[in-house]
Amino acid sequence: MKEYHRLDEIQEDLSLGKITCSQLVDYYLTNIERDKQLNAFVEVYAEEAKQRARELDKKIELKTAGPLVGLIFGLKDLICYKDHEVSGASHILKGFESQFSATAVERLLQQDAILIGRQNCDEFGMGSSNENSAHGPAKNPVDPARVPGGSSGGSAAAVAANMCHVALGTDTGGSVRQPAAFCGIYGLKPTYSRISRWGLLAYASSFDTIGIFSRSVEDNARILEAIAGRDEKDATSSSRQVAQYSNAQPHGTYRIAYFPELFDHNGLQPEIQEAYKNWVRELEKEGHSLVEESFPFAEYILPTYYILTTAEASTNLARYDGAHYGLRSGTSNDLEAMYKNSRTEGFGDEVRRRIMLGTFVLSADYYDAYFTQAQKLRRLIKEATEAILQKVDFIITPTTPTTAFEHKSHASPLAMYMADLFTVQASICGLPAISVPMGNDAKNLPIGMQIMGAAFEEEKLFAFSKIQQNNSR
Amino acid sequence: MKVDKETLQKVAHLARLNIRPEEEDQLLKDMGEILNWVEKLREVNTKGVEPLTHMTGEVNVLRADKAEATIDRQQALKNAPQQDGKFFIVPQVMKRND
Repeated sequence: MKEYHRLDEIQEDLSLGKITCSQLVDYYLTNIERDKQLNAFVEVYAEEAKQRARELDKKIELKTAGPLVGLIFGLKDLICYKDHEVSGASHILKGFESQFSATAVERLLQQDAILIGRQNCDEFGMGSSNENSAHGPAKNPVDPARVPGGSSGGSAAAVAANMCHVALGTDTGGSVRQPAAFCGIYGLKPTYSRISRWGLLAYASSFDTIGIFSRSVEDNARILEAIAGRDEKDATSSSRQVAQYSNAQPHGTYRIAYFPELFDHNGLQPEIQEAYKNWVRELEKEGHSLVEESFPFAEYILPTYYILTTAEASTNLARYDGAHYGLRSGTSNDLEAMYKNSRTEGFGDEVRRRIMLGTFVLSADYYDAYFTQAQKLRRLIKEATEAILQKVDFIITPTTPTTAFEHKSHASPLAMYMADLFTVQASICGLPAISVPMGNDAKNLPIGMQIMGAAFEEEKLFAFSKIQQNNSR
Repeated sequence: MKVDKETLQKVAHLARLNIRPEEEDQLLKDMGEILNWVEKLREVNTKGVEPLTHMTGEVNVLRADKAEATIDRQQALKNAPQQDGKFFIVPQVMKRND
């Protein structure tokens, strides 16, 4: 089977009878088996996918197939699919079966996409390397000695290694964009509230979004178009009309803000500095207007993010108490001990660390000094970022300070947090951002660049991303 | 910000977590480092800045005041670690007074 980059190529071959859905599913299943050692999938729905493929092949014959027929997708193990297990890559949800499907999943299935399996990630989305997983670490298909990024590492690895065509991940501070950059594919975090969060296991509710991994800009746009939009089950979901993202076309030139301080920033891998510099020059040559900016509140972005997300995490994860579902410790004499033992046995180190931090910053003595101050900083960062986006169409940065790093290469939690430097800004501000592949470093590891736009301007983001896609082919 | 063992245990209790004695030192170190780092925020003068408390642009999202069936009892009990077909069963809550 040829390697497809766009769903329309698959659909054309389906309609010409060159391939069938069953063959497609078999192809991906073979690749999943071949790359088993990457540990990208936690569970593969082989028989169900085959069965559904047969049904869809009949629908193709009868010309009644839905608009996403031929799309084989994977799902981060943090998003619910009815009557199937979802664990958030945590021991605390071992064996848990969801009673409903996420709205995003339902919408894809309604349009005749096929779900092929559940994918590895960092526990409850907390991590940048997919090493904090109850399922063990996932590996980067480009170099298995390195991490695929996180938290949606398994999903990025699976799409990059052609184990499925696209995948749904979640992005709270970069968890789709960073692994997309590390694996050399496209990864979108939409505007906050653009996609319903119903069925997404909550980490930090005012940051969480479902995000999309794809092998082309076109597919990313099509998937967003299919799953975005108001959902009664998520009161925060936006009622704004969903644009026809799949029609996004670049027109004319754009105004683009960049940060010259990153050209020789010592926190950046030299090849990424170089790639960023070249990109800026290239865009200038193409006639776009490049505007120099400096990072607003540069030093405060990550601390703000970590205070607010750990606080929200400590609240959201209070639900895992061993009473109603999930792991219950067998050694408790009373209710309080049951809560404590179950949570201590069920959560991994990073999750417990973040719950502790979040509980600390929310505790009475420190609430104003940490939590309220961070909420104020959030407003300042958001306003400063939006002020730049009033003047320009996009803000561009590298997606990550380095390319994919080796497993267990970070000495402390703090060092690992720095991997999120560029991605958290869009998360703090609720803005859409996409990571696009842009060449490789000397070790042939993919480099990703990030394009951030104004709220609800995904269509423009896709249009501009297509220019980059065409340039890199 | 230096966290001491007493504060650590107090926070752990609030979070309903146990901290094993052998973990205390590492956790104190990690939390101390992270808190020192986030303390940077205090440098910023935020006088008069309203805290940003929610991110969605939606306001007054209401639904009809009508009872709706969600999941039935059997479904709700499906993932329970211990149940009797009707209720979730948990260890003793109240202390006996005898």
